[in-house]
Amino acid sequence: MVTKLMNWFDDRLPLTATIERHLTKYPAPINMNIWYLAGVLLVVVLVIQLASGIWLLMNYEPTAEGAFASIQYIMRDVKYGYIIRYMHTTGASAFFALIFLHMFRGMMYGSYQKPRELLWVLGWITYFLLCALGFTGYVLPWGQMSFWAAQVIMSLFGSIPYIGEDLLTWIRGDYLISGITLNRLFAFHVVLLPLALIAVVFVHILALHEVGSNNPDGVDVKKFKDADGVPLDTKPFFPYDVMHDLYAIGVFLIFFVAIMFFYPDGGGYVIEYVNYEAADNLKTPEHIVPSWYYTPYYAMLRAVTFPLFGLTAKFLGFVVMAAGIAIFVALPWLDRSPVKSIRYKGIYSKFFLALFVISFLALGYLGAVPSTPARTIAAQIFTVCYFAYFLLMPIYSKYETCKPVPDRVQLG
Amino acid sequence: MQPKSPPNPGRRKFLISATSAVGAVGVAGAVVPFISAFNPSEAAEAAGAPAVADIGKLAPGEMIIVEWRGTPIYVVKHSDESIKEIDKNLERLADPNSETQVQPDYAKNKYRSRKPGISVLSAVCTHLGCAPKYYPQLGVVDFDSEWQGGFFCPCHGSKFDLAGRVYAGVPAPDNLAVPPHYFKSDDILVIGEDGDVA
Repeated sequence: MVTKLMNWFDDRLPLTATIERHLTKYPAPINMNIWYLAGVLLVVVLVIQLASGIWLLMNYEPTAEGAFASIQYIMRDVKYGYIIRYMHTTGASAFFALIFLHMFRGMMYGSYQKPRELLWVLGWITYFLLCALGFTGYVLPWGQMSFWAAQVIMSLFGSIPYIGEDLLTWIRGDYLISGITLNRLFAFHVVLLPLALIAVVFVHILALHEVGSNNPDGVDVKKFKDADGVPLDTKPFFPYDVMHDLYAIGVFLIFFVAIMFFYPDGGGYVIEYVNYEAADNLKTPEHIVPSWYYTPYYAMLRAVTFPLFGLTAKFLGFVVMAAGIAIFVALPWLDRSPVKSIRYKGIYSKFFLALFVISFLALGYLGAVPSTPARTIAAQIFTVCYFAYFLLMPIYSKYETCKPVPDRVQLG
Repeated sequence: MQPKSPPNPGRRKFLISATSAVGAVGVAGAVVPFISAFNPSEAAEAAGAPAVADIGKLAPGEMIIVEWRGTPIYVVKHSDESIKEIDKNLERLADPNSETQVQPDYAKNKYRSRKPGISVLSAVCTHLGCAPKYYPQLGVVDFDSEWQGGFFCPCHGSKFDLAGRVYAGVPAPDNLAVPPHYFKSDDILVIGEDGDVA
């Protein structure tokens, strides 16, 4: 009966072939480790965000007059509304935590190198979309931090020479941040950006299944195949990966719900306390701090304190911040190393990757605390180190001594 | 069998380019409403329109508050007595010559005003956006022993002189902004437009 039904479908749709190609028989390298879980967990979080987002939408009111009150309504009156909202805020943080780990995995094992350049570029687009989703979503509750974060971020466009002021008015749709601005950010957050994200994630996975997964050794598993053409150092996705992915999802959800139930504010970093106050365009909060996942870039923005080449410090800070996010996309073309994985790369690559991680974490801290002259200097140094990882890569990855790469994956 | 090339390749090429060009024009036209809809709407433009104030009845030393684009604008008519104080103690000011561009060029002068004796200032403290209070009296006040008249921000204690110039050593970094404005006649002040820049 089931076979007959499947045959009926298969005559009209490549159903079995698609399931086998992308799920059951997808050959996954046998030496994938814990770092490879971030990808599947990102898909889980995407589903959580879509579900909780749709439910929030049922009670949210996208107007300057009603937005803040509708969030309070969701929190107090809608049954389990607070859980749905905390799910969405915790999901936003989880999204960024996981994509940082996912990107770091790619940087560690050279997963962006040929033939996975396009896969990496697609992943970078999802990161960019996530940044946009995070920002637009943050404005929607229309609290003090929502309003002033929008003010600070949008005014960056105003610092662009010549066209800045007009561009800013065009983006805001008003001469100040207003309900008009809120409405367009709302449209982006609930329609445009999620649609784009789903589409790009879909193509990202298609591209992954075309070129195949990289692995911690960075060796090409397709070199050695068995009689049926299946790579020797791989196992079928079902049941092997599905089973341990399910286990990982379970462990992940334990942490996720622990934060969601018991620590939804995340000490003021997930939901900032200032945002419990309704937006007031005549009163600026004492310290404008972005959510934790933007603090590295916020630190870069603030690190540029001097004008240069006739451009204002504010505009240059904007450029540096944007470049900090954009530069990842160039990674496949900056890496001149003959080997992929950090395991076989030379000492310089290891040093610069460690420097990058330290800089990223340090900038994350510096962006979260009020600036002082000493901290500004520290932020400037770490910003230089951050970019050094990328911009010096063509040199250090080319002229270092790498270890010999084995033919087959190494276990144990 | 498909022919290797169309019977008349030149005509085919022309038709393809002509169709593409017309299509591109159509797309460009279709984009216009989408781009334009992002601009401030008629309602937003009306709300952001210039504010007009009659300052004919303003006595020396008095101030009125005019709302323009959601922010309060202070319009002060200085008394001869207080205007004389404006050049005293310049060393207490952070930017006495208005080097930072927070005013139109026509207000980059000693009084930071288009018309001497009339100050038009944005009542948004350049520190964190509170509204500084107007203290025209001279001499000893709560927060200063040699006050020359000016504005004091109650939030974090920033001080500005009568021309809106910020004192040194206070949290606010810049002078109070001067919005674009012009005088339609002697008494009619228009805030939000430069008028004829002399």
